[in-house]
Amino acid sequence: MMSNNDLFLLAKKSRVQLLELAFKSDGPSHLGGGLSMVEIFTALYGSVLQFDPQNPEWENRDRFILSKGHGVLPFFVALHNAGFISQEELYTYKKNESDLISHPVMNLRLGIESSNGSLGHGLSMAVGISLALKRKDNLTSRVFVVLGDGECNEGSVWEASMSAAHFKLDNLVAIVDYNKLQSDGNSDTIMDIGVLEKKWDSFGWEVISLDGHDINALIDALNKASSGPSVKPRVVIAHTVKGKGVSFMENNNAWHHNRLTQTTFEQALAELNN
Amino acid sequence: MSMKITGKENKQWSRLGARATYGQAILMLAEQVDNLMVLSADLGNSSGLDRFKSSYPDKFLNIGIAEQNMIGVAAGLAKEGNIIFASSFAPFISMRAAEQVRMNMGYMKLNIKAVAIGSGVSMAFLGNSHFGLEDAAIMRSIPNMTVVNPADCAEIVKTVFAAAKYPHPMYIRLTGAVGFPVVYEDDYEFEIGKAIEIRQGSDVSIVATGSMVYESMEAAKILQDLGLSVSVLNIHTIKPIDTDALDILIKKDKPIFTIEEHSITGGLGSAVAEYVSSIPNSPTVNRIGLPDEFVITAEYRYILEKYGLVGTQIANSIQLKLNIKQ
Repeated sequence: MMSNNDLFLLAKKSRVQLLELAFKSDGPSHLGGGLSMVEIFTALYGSVLQFDPQNPEWENRDRFILSKGHGVLPFFVALHNAGFISQEELYTYKKNESDLISHPVMNLRLGIESSNGSLGHGLSMAVGISLALKRKDNLTSRVFVVLGDGECNEGSVWEASMSAAHFKLDNLVAIVDYNKLQSDGNSDTIMDIGVLEKKWDSFGWEVISLDGHDINALIDALNKASSGPSVKPRVVIAHTVKGKGVSFMENNNAWHHNRLTQTTFEQALAELNN
Repeated sequence: MSMKITGKENKQWSRLGARATYGQAILMLAEQVDNLMVLSADLGNSSGLDRFKSSYPDKFLNIGIAEQNMIGVAAGLAKEGNIIFASSFAPFISMRAAEQVRMNMGYMKLNIKAVAIGSGVSMAFLGNSHFGLEDAAIMRSIPNMTVVNPADCAEIVKTVFAAAKYPHPMYIRLTGAVGFPVVYEDDYEFEIGKAIEIRQGSDVSIVATGSMVYESMEAAKILQDLGLSVSVLNIHTIKPIDTDALDILIKKDKPIFTIEEHSITGGLGSAVAEYVSSIPNSPTVNRIGLPDEFVITAEYRYILEKYGLVGTQIANSIQLKLNIKQ
């Protein structure tokens, strides 16, 4: 078990690793929506998820799917820190023919359950996995899936959402990285999604709304799903800041998909190491 | 798991038609396969699955009218070791859910059998919104996909059983309606990817798939009476196409005619032409199928006749083509 301080330090370290990874790849990366999820990944891989890097196909592992597939930076960093991806392999990110590209490519050895990148697919697969786990009486494993708020524009998300509640999948937890920005700008001006909490609630989910940068709150919300009497799937609406932790990236959509120069990289590191 | 067919059974299935036979096959399969899961997007009854639903409620999932989610859910179930058959009408499963098929079945190679009920023009008065005119073309273009179009009801049963043993993603395209004519009176060897020569001949080579195998046999008989010796190859598996069988036809060096209940764009005819044209000095490939347009709405047989897809018309087309050439 990691202490609160350990988790805080892990998140801090992950942000630095994330920037280094993006910088060394020498090209544009999805930085903003990566940085908004650092605490989510810290909570998941630092505390909540059950996994074994020595036995990546372990039947009782929790299944994790990054439906918001472009958010690979904190994912790969988390898999590295969790022991799935070596330092050497991590730095193949976006090299020719690497297993680690701008979106997850299914590879259980590396801890990657599914291929994503096209939005609106992950929750459906998570529903199928949750159903399958119940069918084989695997009551230990849970299924976690991270979506973006922009991704919730996709109709297939709501097909999947409806079915998860219909099938009473209390072994399924969705997390929405609600950073209020998407590729073209502000989410509410591009496609106003209304009150996300109300939407998920009306689709039959148990909803927890929280500060997506509060690691303890995230851990409590994610773990609560396994012990409560609820027969509903649970969604954690994680209110986050796109670009979190680097002042010039925060809420600045120029950093949705962008490259770090030597100067901006050093500026960002200086802030994080402060 | 195994399945032997008899002529008597096949006649019964023929009366039931393609869809109901699919349901029967699934029902028989469920007796032998524990990890079978059958999915439908609110078309369980239309897919002939009524009895299956009541006999094996724990193996059936209705996903509601949500084909994209159906394929995604199928992917999750398949990933955890289940054998999945998911069905809907051809355009809904091959086009509405095309990208889910591409990601989950193509890219991730998950073991899902996507079954298109009522493909081709067998949906008759339901019209073009429900026809499978382009589905084989679309599914065939996705890497890792296998595409099968059974020739009669016995072959639908054979396909379902073979598919359950075949650990790869697959698109099964059901043409033919109630009273689907019998091609196979007796049991026969069926292997995914392996074409079957069901008639030998030396003057003309017909390559057919699905409902057009029977019509091609009828055409061959007519042409026989006119002194033309016609071979008929049942290519149930459109992808991967059996190039060994095509090599034999190329060596014969006689005109090849492809016949399919599908647009002439991108289906069997295209698949055959793609291969044959890559071989130097190969015979001509003449594609017979539905035109590249939205077709008329009418009774099934009427539509086939409108586009020259019944035996007598196929015989006429072949004759005409050969006469023009001479």
